[in-house]
Amino acid sequence: MQKTEITELILSCLRGNLEAAGPLPAEPLTSETRLLGRSAVLDPLGLVQLLVDVELQLDSAHGIAVTLADERAMSQKHSPFRSVGTLSDYIDTLIQEDPSHARA
Amino acid sequence: MPGPEIVLITGTRKGIGRHLAEHFVRKGALVEGCSRTAPDWELENYTHHLADVTSEADVRRMMTSIRHRHNRLDVLVNNTGIASMNHTVLMPLESAARIMNTNFLGTFLMCRESAKLMRQQKWGRIINLGSIAVPMRLAGESVYAASKSAITTFTQILAGELAGWGITCNVVSPAPIETDLIRSVPPEKIQHILDRLPISRLGRYEDVAHVVDFFAHRASDAITGQVIYLGGA
Repeated sequence: MQKTEITELILSCLRGNLEAAGPLPAEPLTSETRLLGRSAVLDPLGLVQLLVDVELQLDSAHGIAVTLADERAMSQKHSPFRSVGTLSDYIDTLIQEDPSHARA
Repeated sequence: MPGPEIVLITGTRKGIGRHLAEHFVRKGALVEGCSRTAPDWELENYTHHLADVTSEADVRRMMTSIRHRHNRLDVLVNNTGIASMNHTVLMPLESAARIMNTNFLGTFLMCRESAKLMRQQKWGRIINLGSIAVPMRLAGESVYAASKSAITTFTQILAGELAGWGITCNVVSPAPIETDLIRSVPPEKIQHILDRLPISRLGRYEDVAHVVDFFAHRASDAITGQVIYLGGA
């Protein structure tokens, strides 16, 4: 799975979650969109929902089983969940590290 | 709800788990069960998974299988449990760790992964097995009771975290039932426990199934974070 596909998958899940909660933010959703912190487009529970949806989509659409909230993610100085782009980077790393998820 | 209910029960090889599997199948559910070793019985509309509930890989594999075949999960019953009755001073560390791992971490892992699947349909019922050893503070069961106490507290907090997803989380805590779990406990000790209960008889599988039915019922959507102690403990 290419990184652009990962980013698109995250953005699609994010869009779905935001639309379910109300109108989309005025700013377009991109890899720069913040998921954590004061300028985040999600509240903490919204982030949990997003991570669950991304995990499910990775598995159901691409057969990639990863646990995003793993020990490494939680212990990093800078959370990999702070933006769409950093989350995409983190997922890409997890996929590359696991030989069972070899790129198609 | 489209089609029959999808029910997942852990520890179905024998005892309470097997009874619950048969009970839900009789009610028309499609039941998924698991244990570390294969059961010596089969049942229509029942699928068995060889899985260790303390293994993240095993649990994920089982949940992936359920999602691929049913794409949803309605009810989870965490029944798997082990015990080792010992005075605390004589309890080996390995035994204590095994009890905490199987009883508490196994329950945690199953709840975590099941909630992800239940969120899809914004509905679910999680029912965890506690024990009357918690309120009765039974000597010789300190680690076992602590593991069940952990399950109780965990379930009550989980209930708040998952309420927004339409998932309820409750605990049924049986009185002693004649299963492998208490087989090594001397009869006089069991009798002593029963004597302290308002309803002084051994628990029955049907007692547990009745409470599980109550928590799993569609009308029970306002009942969460609760613990029912059988026998009146």
